[in-house]
Amino acid sequence: MSGTGEAEGETRYQRGVATTILSRIGLGLLTLFLVSIVIFSAVEMLPGDFAKAILGQSATPETVAAFQKELGLDRPAAIRYGEWLGRILVGDLGQPFARGSRQNVAEIIAPRLYNTIFLAALTACVAVPLALLLGILTALHRNGFFDRAMNGVTLVAISLPEFFVAYLLMFVIVSRGTFEYSATAQALPEWLSAAILWALNAVPKFPVLSTVSPATPFWEQVWKCVMPATTLTLVIVAHMMRMTRASIINLLSSPYIETAKLKGISPWRVILAHALPNAWSPIAQVVSFNLAYLIVGVVVVEVVFVYPGIGQLMVDAVRSRDVPVVQACALIFAVTYILLNLIADIVTIVTNPRLLYPK
Amino acid sequence: MSNSERMIRTIAAAVLGARQSRRNFLQRALGAGMTLAAAEALLAPGAQAAGRQGGFARLGLAHGSSTDSLDPAGYPDSFTQTAFWGGLSNNLTEVVADGSVRPELAESYEASTDASTYIFRLRRGVTFHNGKELTAEDVIASIRHHMGEQSNSAAKSILVSILDIKADGPHAVVFTLSAPDADFPYILSDMHLPIMPSQDGVADWVSGARTGPFVLESFEPGVSAKLRRNPDYFKDGLPYFDEVEVLAIPDVVARMNALNAGEVDFIARPDIRTLDLLTRNPNVEVVELTGYGHYTLPMNVTVAPFDNVHVRKALKYAIDREEIVRKVFFGHASPGNDNPIAPSVKFAIDPAPIHSYDPDKAREHLRLAGLDSLTVDLSVANAAFEGAIDAALLIRESAARCGITVNVVREPDDAYWGNVWMAKPWCASYWSGRATIDWMFSTAYAGGAAWNETFWDHPRFNELLAAARGELDETKRAAMYAEMQQLLHDDGGAIVVVFNNYLMAHSKRLGHGVVAANWENDGMKIAERWWMA
Repeated sequence: MSGTGEAEGETRYQRGVATTILSRIGLGLLTLFLVSIVIFSAVEMLPGDFAKAILGQSATPETVAAFQKELGLDRPAAIRYGEWLGRILVGDLGQPFARGSRQNVAEIIAPRLYNTIFLAALTACVAVPLALLLGILTALHRNGFFDRAMNGVTLVAISLPEFFVAYLLMFVIVSRGTFEYSATAQALPEWLSAAILWALNAVPKFPVLSTVSPATPFWEQVWKCVMPATTLTLVIVAHMMRMTRASIINLLSSPYIETAKLKGISPWRVILAHALPNAWSPIAQVVSFNLAYLIVGVVVVEVVFVYPGIGQLMVDAVRSRDVPVVQACALIFAVTYILLNLIADIVTIVTNPRLLYPK
Repeated sequence: MSNSERMIRTIAAAVLGARQSRRNFLQRALGAGMTLAAAEALLAPGAQAAGRQGGFARLGLAHGSSTDSLDPAGYPDSFTQTAFWGGLSNNLTEVVADGSVRPELAESYEASTDASTYIFRLRRGVTFHNGKELTAEDVIASIRHHMGEQSNSAAKSILVSILDIKADGPHAVVFTLSAPDADFPYILSDMHLPIMPSQDGVADWVSGARTGPFVLESFEPGVSAKLRRNPDYFKDGLPYFDEVEVLAIPDVVARMNALNAGEVDFIARPDIRTLDLLTRNPNVEVVELTGYGHYTLPMNVTVAPFDNVHVRKALKYAIDREEIVRKVFFGHASPGNDNPIAPSVKFAIDPAPIHSYDPDKAREHLRLAGLDSLTVDLSVANAAFEGAIDAALLIRESAARCGITVNVVREPDDAYWGNVWMAKPWCASYWSGRATIDWMFSTAYAGGAAWNETFWDHPRFNELLAAARGELDETKRAAMYAEMQQLLHDDGGAIVVVFNNYLMAHSKRLGHGVVAANWENDGMKIAERWWMA
C-alpha cells in the first residue's frame, strides 16, 4: 500500500518537476525573443554607422554610400530584423561587416567565447568553493573575530572597483622590478626597503599581460589567467560568502536544527547535513548571478590584463558599429543569463519540492 | 657586409646628405639618376648604424581592434600599420628618417619634364613570401586595389589623379596623371599602398604574403601578430630581429606595466602624466620626437559667426597655447601657429605675426567684427585627441578674459568622427600630418576636399595649390607655398593648437638609429629598423 502510494507520489513529483522546468524553458524562449527585438532596436538606434566608424576620418560621402549598399544597410529595418531572426533560428550568426580574413561571426566569436568561459570557469572553480567554505566558517563562528575579519576583508574587496583591484595586483608584480628605484624605497630605512623587496620577490612573477591565442597550451593559459582570475575572485567572493552565511544563520535558529543539536550532532554535521540542503536555493541564485557576471560583465578586467575575451570583442564591435557581431554578442549574453537563471531555478525547485505546489 | 662595400655606402651617404636628395631628385633621375638612385636605395636607414642580428622583440602598441584585417585598404591605426605595413610590406617608395623620399621596391623612377608621367623601374629578383617574383603586374594590381568606383579604401582620395597605370615590360610601371604632380613619389610611400602579389590581376591581401622584412606567422585580430624573419629580404643585412610580436595593449597603464615587468620591450604612447615615474627605471629609455602630427580646432567658416574672419582672428588670439602645452601636455608638445605644416616639412614657414595669447588683440578683432561680446560652442571629446577636454576648459577660461564666452560641449567618444567632426561648427580634431605640403593641403584645406574640416574655400589658395603641384622650379614653388601658408594662417578656419610629440619607451635591450618622425613607431618601420642591443 505504502509502496504504490510512494511510487505514485514519486511520479507526480517527477511530472511536476518536468512541467515546471518545461514552462521555465518556454518562458526563457519568450524572453529571448523579446530580447532579440530589444537588441535589434538598440543597435539600430546607435548613432553613427559602420561605414563612418570604420573609415574614421577617411569617410567620404561616396565611400560611405558604397559601403552601405554593399552591406545592405539601405533597406528597411523590419526586413533586416526578419532576416536576422530567420538566420539565428537556423543557427547562422551571419557575416561581420569588417573586412577580415574571417567570413563568419561564429568564427570570430568562438575563440573569444572560449577564453571568456575559460576565465569564468577558472575563477568559479576557486571562488565558489572558497565562498561556500568561508560562508560556512563565518556562520559557525558568527560574531567572532574570524567572522568579523572575513566580513571586513571581503567587503573591502567588493567595494573597490574591479579595475582598481586589478591595478593594485599589477602594482605588486611590477614593483618587483621598479621598487628599488622608487622614491619610497629611497625614503624608507634601508632594512625596511630590503624587507619589502624581499617580500615582493617572494610573490611568484605572475604575468601582467594575459594575451592568449587558440594555440596557447592549457596550463600556460591557466598561468596567464592567474592575475585576472584573482581579481575576479576578490570581486565576487564577498557576495556569495555573505549570502551563504546569512541563509545558514537564518536556518540555524529553526526548530529542526535545535532538535538536531539536542540530539548531540556535531556542529559541522548540523550545517552540512541539515542546514545546507535547505539553504541551497538562495545560494544557487547568488552563484548563478555571479557566474553570469563572470561571463558578461568582465570587460574592464579584460582590458586591464589585455585578455582577449568576448567583452572586449563586443566593445570593439560597438565602437566600429559591426552590427552582426554586436547582436551576436548581446544574444549570447542574454542566453547566458537566461540559462544560468534557469539552472538556479531548477536547483531551487529540486532542493525544495514545496515550490511545486503553490498555495 | 664587406669592408669595401661599407666604405662605398658611407661615401654614398655623405654625398646624398650633402646634396639634400629631395632638392634635385628630378634632375638626378632624368640625368645620371639611375645609378645614384640605386645607390640611394641601397642605403637602408639602419645600414649606417651598428645593428646586431637576432633576438625576439615584443612591441606593445596603443591600438589594435578585433575588426583589424590584413587588407591595406583599411589599416586604420598603428597596429596594422606597424605590423602589416612596416613589418610585412614594402612600397614603391619609402620616406626615410630625414623626411626625404627614395625608391624602395622601385630601383629608380623618372618623371616626364612636366611631372605628369612617371616611370618606376622595379628591382629585379625581389620575391614575395610565397615565392612569387615581383613584376609590374603585382604593382598595378596593388595600386588598382584602392581605385575605382567600388573602392572603399582609405587611400582612394589620394589616388584620384591617376589616369592610367600600365606595364612597360615586366619590370617597369608607367603612371599617367591627370595633372602634373612633383610630389607623386611621396604619395606612393603611403602606408595603405603596399605591393601585394597579384592573382589573376587582383591583389591578394588575404594571404599576407608581401615582400617585406618579416613573414606573417600568426594574426589574432585585436590581440597580437607574430612575425618571423624573411631570410630572402632584398635589403642587405635587414631585418635585425629573428622574430617580432606586435601586441595590442590599448590600456595605457597596462602598457606601461608590461614594459616595467619586462613582458614587452617597446611601448608606444606612454602616459605623459606618469612618464617621470617610468624614467626612474634605469632599464627603460624614452624616445621623444616632434613629428608632423598636430591637434586642431576646426571652425566651419561657412557658418555664423565663424564666417567672419575677425571672429576667427579673435578666437586665434584668445587661446593660450603655451598654457595648454604646459598644463595639458606637460611640455610634450609645441605650440601651434595656425599653420598645419610642421617646421621639418620641406617649404614650411612660420607665418607672422605669431598667434599667441593676446586679449587686447582678441578684443580689437571682436570690435572689427562689430561685436561687443561673443558666445560660441566648442564640441569636444577625448576621441579627437587625448587632452581635448582639458584643453577646451582652459580655452574657456582664457577666452573669458577676452570677452568671449566659450561653452564647452562634451560629446561622447563613441562615433565622434561621424557625428561631431565636420558636423558641429567648432570642434576638435587630430591630424597625423603628411610628408609634403601639397599632400596635407589637398587632403584638408583645398576647396571641396573630402576632409576639408573647415569648409574653407579660398580661390587664391586653390589656384596656388594647383600651380605649385606642377611647378618644378624650387624657388617659385617655395614662394607659392609660403604665400599659401600665410593665407591659411591669416584667413583659414583651423586653429592649430599644438604639434604633439611622438613618445615611445623601450627597454635598453633594444637599440635603434635615428628615429624617423614622419609617423610614430619610427615611421611604422620599427620592426625593420631596430635591433637587440
